[in-house]
Amino acid sequence: MSDRMLTMAQALREAMSIAMDERPEVFILGEDIGIYGGAFGVTGDLYHRYGKERVRDTPISELGIVGAAVGAALSGMRPIVEIQFSDFTAQAMDQIVNQAAKIHFMVGGGLNVPLVLRAASGSGTGAAAQHSQSLEGWFANVPGLKVVIPSSPYEAKGLLLSAIDDPNPVIFMEHKLLYKIPGREEVPEGGYRIPLGVSRVLREGKDLTVVATGIMVFKAIAAAQELEKEGVALTVIDPRTISPLDMDPVYESVEKTGRLMVVQEAPEHGGFLNEVIAKVATGPSLGSLIAPVVRLAGMNIPIPYAPQLEKAAVPQVPDIVKAARNVVANWR
Amino acid sequence: MMTSALITGHPLGSKANARYALLTMSRIRKFEEAVEDLFGRGMVHGTMHLSIGQEASPTGVCMALNITDQITSTHRGHGHCIAKGADLTRMVAELLGKEIGYGGGRGGSMHIADVETGNLGANGIVAGGIPIAVGAALASQMMNKGTVAVSFFGDGAMNEGAFHEAANLAAIWKLPVILACENNKYGMSSSIELAFAIDHLSERGLAYGIPGVTLDGNDVSAVYEATEVAVKRARAGEGPTLLEFVTYRWKGHSRSDKNLYRTKEEIDEWKKKDPILYFEHVVREKALLTDAEIAEIHKLATDQVIAAVNEAMKAAPADPAGLLDAVFKKVSA
Repeated sequence: MSDRMLTMAQALREAMSIAMDERPEVFILGEDIGIYGGAFGVTGDLYHRYGKERVRDTPISELGIVGAAVGAALSGMRPIVEIQFSDFTAQAMDQIVNQAAKIHFMVGGGLNVPLVLRAASGSGTGAAAQHSQSLEGWFANVPGLKVVIPSSPYEAKGLLLSAIDDPNPVIFMEHKLLYKIPGREEVPEGGYRIPLGVSRVLREGKDLTVVATGIMVFKAIAAAQELEKEGVALTVIDPRTISPLDMDPVYESVEKTGRLMVVQEAPEHGGFLNEVIAKVATGPSLGSLIAPVVRLAGMNIPIPYAPQLEKAAVPQVPDIVKAARNVVANWR
Repeated sequence: MMTSALITGHPLGSKANARYALLTMSRIRKFEEAVEDLFGRGMVHGTMHLSIGQEASPTGVCMALNITDQITSTHRGHGHCIAKGADLTRMVAELLGKEIGYGGGRGGSMHIADVETGNLGANGIVAGGIPIAVGAALASQMMNKGTVAVSFFGDGAMNEGAFHEAANLAAIWKLPVILACENNKYGMSSSIELAFAIDHLSERGLAYGIPGVTLDGNDVSAVYEATEVAVKRARAGEGPTLLEFVTYRWKGHSRSDKNLYRTKEEIDEWKKKDPILYFEHVVREKALLTDAEIAEIHKLATDQVIAAVNEAMKAAPADPAGLLDAVFKKVSA
């Protein structure tokens, strides 16, 4: 295995290190990101390499931390805030939603907030309902925020560097199960950028278009590999950023396959991928659909604790395989 | 341009300083009166939060600051904006929803910011600006700018979590920030007696290990002096200060206020402590300004406000065509 098959934690750390080397105004702040190295080990040794000013441990004070980052961003710095669990963004919501997202617009463009908020998201660690949510849809519904969901180490590094470059607030949702999974492709050295707002078609198949986010991209590819053996060919599209959202590859694919499935971990009701369905329903590829759209999402419940309950709460690879097989078989 | 050059120094330090302090307070008073009049005539959309009676605290604080120092402000923010040096025409234009307004009509009264004078903006969320000022001070410290940040907020903000989190961060990192509480006795209708179990709000400084001082917020000289001490401390790297300016708003909280929670006698009592009349009394006693000069300053303030209103009225209304492009700053290629 190549030594460039990094984990997502390593890739994110590399991106932050490159950004701090490139720009003196980049710094990181958050809870236990210093000597501890971050609750999920993402900041790792950065504290020792860049010092306590630029890898700044904070009290447990999410509203204060995000607010301070907003003020610093307004004043010439480029802060990266690490929120230990995305659930804790609820503690900081005023600064994210009412301040960071709106300042540039409200004041007539004279100020801007180049802030990245990284947060560990998603279920699968047995941490139960207050440490396992997928809240990206909240942020996607707030004009003024960009929302990124990396699905692999390669994506994570290039997207994080673009997020840090961006002059606007960016919410960066990292699925915690992806932190330690080796990537499916090498992570290039150096500071490559993946632009925000460009979907990626990860594989092309003639039977079904699957749009998935975050860890569901990983699961959708696993499902596609399994279905390939049965002769069912899936296209898998990762939007990578849900705000802004690049729909063109989805339309183009639906025109070819005639079938659409969306997969997300967040609860179905009011979930973001419903927006993808709505756009297809009102967009140029509607007439190509030959099957009802399939929606796989988390159950409309808080994430439960016990392993079998937790697994049941969100789509798993066999669920994707089964749903894909059925829609292709039943609608021809 | 209606912006007058910012003067830094004691309001009684010279004739020019005294003139500037009085002019600034008068400009705030006349501006607020003009806004109230425009509202009364149905020319302004939304609501308004007037700071009549509270002119001394923004004026005294900003006379202790340089133009590069930063402030965050509140929903009752016209005074802070003017004292920091904002352009009156662009302020009125914002209230009237004009394209030349500070926010291009997108923010209105509660969201006026002025980058050129270090004003990071008024805020519609109580205590919303306090962590932001702390962050501005963090940037100052990390970039060795030597600037200080002042967060203006009301008594009501001191019971928000944002105040506590921001004060603590400022204290542990010894940030060059001044927490400037304008205690006007009421958070909308809730009196401080209902909302606090302490005598002086500045006592809360103790909880964060920072100095806390309570003073007469209607005495512009006292405000300046306390702020100057806090600014020196901040610039020396010794950290934040909590200042409590005791003051009073003469008008209701906003347009909907019927003043059911306080008496006319109480309001009249505070009108006797008018910060402008008090300052006039002091400058006369110290022979810094004559009656004629005082009258001339008020006339100048009135003329400036009238000119601003007239110019803003003539300006083009805000254009909806630009809205979608205004949400994000463009990513430079």
